[in-house]
Amino acid sequence: MKDMRMAAACMGFAALLAGQPAVAAEDTAQGIAQYREMLSDGNPAELIEMTGEDLWKEKRGPKNASLEQCDLGEGPGVLKGAYAHLPRYFKDVDQVMDLETRLVHCMVKLQGFTAEEVTKKPFAGAGQDSTDIESLVAYVVAQSRGMEIAVPQGHPKEREAFARGREIFYFRGGPYDFSCASCHSRDNQRIRLQDLPNLTKPEPARAAFSTWPAYRVSQGALRTMQWRLNDCFRQQRMPVLKYGSQASIDLTVYLGVNANGGAMDAPALKR
Amino acid sequence: MLRMNALAPAVAGLALALSSGAAIAQQAKDVKVDYEALVAELKNSFSEKGLAKLDRFDQSEMQKACSKADAGAELPSDVAARITKEAMASVKPPADGNYLGDWKAGEKVAQNGRGLQFSDTAKTVNGGNCYACHQMTKAEISYGNIGPSLYQYGKLRGNSKEIVEYTWNKIYNSHAYMPCSNMPRFGAAGILTEQQLKDVMALLLDPKSPVNDDSVKP
Repeated sequence: MKDMRMAAACMGFAALLAGQPAVAAEDTAQGIAQYREMLSDGNPAELIEMTGEDLWKEKRGPKNASLEQCDLGEGPGVLKGAYAHLPRYFKDVDQVMDLETRLVHCMVKLQGFTAEEVTKKPFAGAGQDSTDIESLVAYVVAQSRGMEIAVPQGHPKEREAFARGREIFYFRGGPYDFSCASCHSRDNQRIRLQDLPNLTKPEPARAAFSTWPAYRVSQGALRTMQWRLNDCFRQQRMPVLKYGSQASIDLTVYLGVNANGGAMDAPALKR
Repeated sequence: MLRMNALAPAVAGLALALSSGAAIAQQAKDVKVDYEALVAELKNSFSEKGLAKLDRFDQSEMQKACSKADAGAELPSDVAARITKEAMASVKPPADGNYLGDWKAGEKVAQNGRGLQFSDTAKTVNGGNCYACHQMTKAEISYGNIGPSLYQYGKLRGNSKEIVEYTWNKIYNSHAYMPCSNMPRFGAAGILTEQQLKDVMALLLDPKSPVNDDSVKP
């Protein structure tokens, strides 16, 4: 029943987009809003969350263990609110980690996988099934829905990560001289018809951070924060952002702290 | 007990201060970030693919100064003057002295957003992606607003020698007129070929182009 409703909604959306070659900006925004409304009780991410829950509880890997003892910062196995407080400093590794690097850490420590095999293909292709890590991310993130974003700045390493993340946000380079700030430091800007949130201000930073990860309708895939940053850097003409790299974590701390005080609403549904 | 009571308001005050954006920004400025270490971190955090090499993190003086300025520091007037001077010096006028190409080809350049990404190859024809940031023709309603509207660019300004040369220079290296402009240096950075630059010029300045004449279909 749910699948049928989803299929009908997708067809409606396709018709909206295909109706005219020149669809006005408001019509497109309306179409997406309407599509979101139709799917409001049926975001495809829910199915991925369910897969993630199975993966979390299933005994897997060389150590035949589940992830139920994984400590995402709130204590072993505590999922509620964990994502709203990430990235954060973890004493056991003496470094700041985001959700994705922490999940990799747990899969290595608890289940005995190697980091290489877990991160070999972190992102699914368009229309493909989510990767294990994406499914786990969807499940964990959903447990913070409605909770206040409070990315901590208590530890010196958390403050250093924020300061570096801010520098990276403004770092202009490459043949196009772009930085994150080229598109995301002023209000009400667009590329083509795509709105660009001003990530230096609390309100738009909250709206953006609280809705990632998201199910991307145009790609038929759930996209994580690591993917979001990777694809922004592609458009900046930078090389490929390594999964779980220091720069990715620093930048996520900067974006998260700027969004503090917002309410998590992810996995969300986006165009 | 006395000590705890005395501390409590201070702690509450600190929590309040930390929750505001201004306090966070101040806090970030208090943490010194070593520039060389940051560039090393960036190079460690990315892998090369195709055309996109790690040297893209080796900033020019302009990129370095403009990053600081974008982040809120003042752009020193001597640095600003040097950026505009060097940008102007980088501009090469068209070899044959002819500034205007074919607006139809220019429209293709303006629509095309490909080029120099890690997903592109050396065979990819680079675009100018003008519509990403600028309104240009009446017909194309999917345009961005990071740059000013260029609709009726030539109709409003004419095509005197001064306007033609200004427009060429601006596209070739935007910093010639505005230090730390957001616009890529399409000529100086080797993004567009001389012919492509001429074609975009025609799109902007040819009275028969759809930028300047609504009755012409792009």
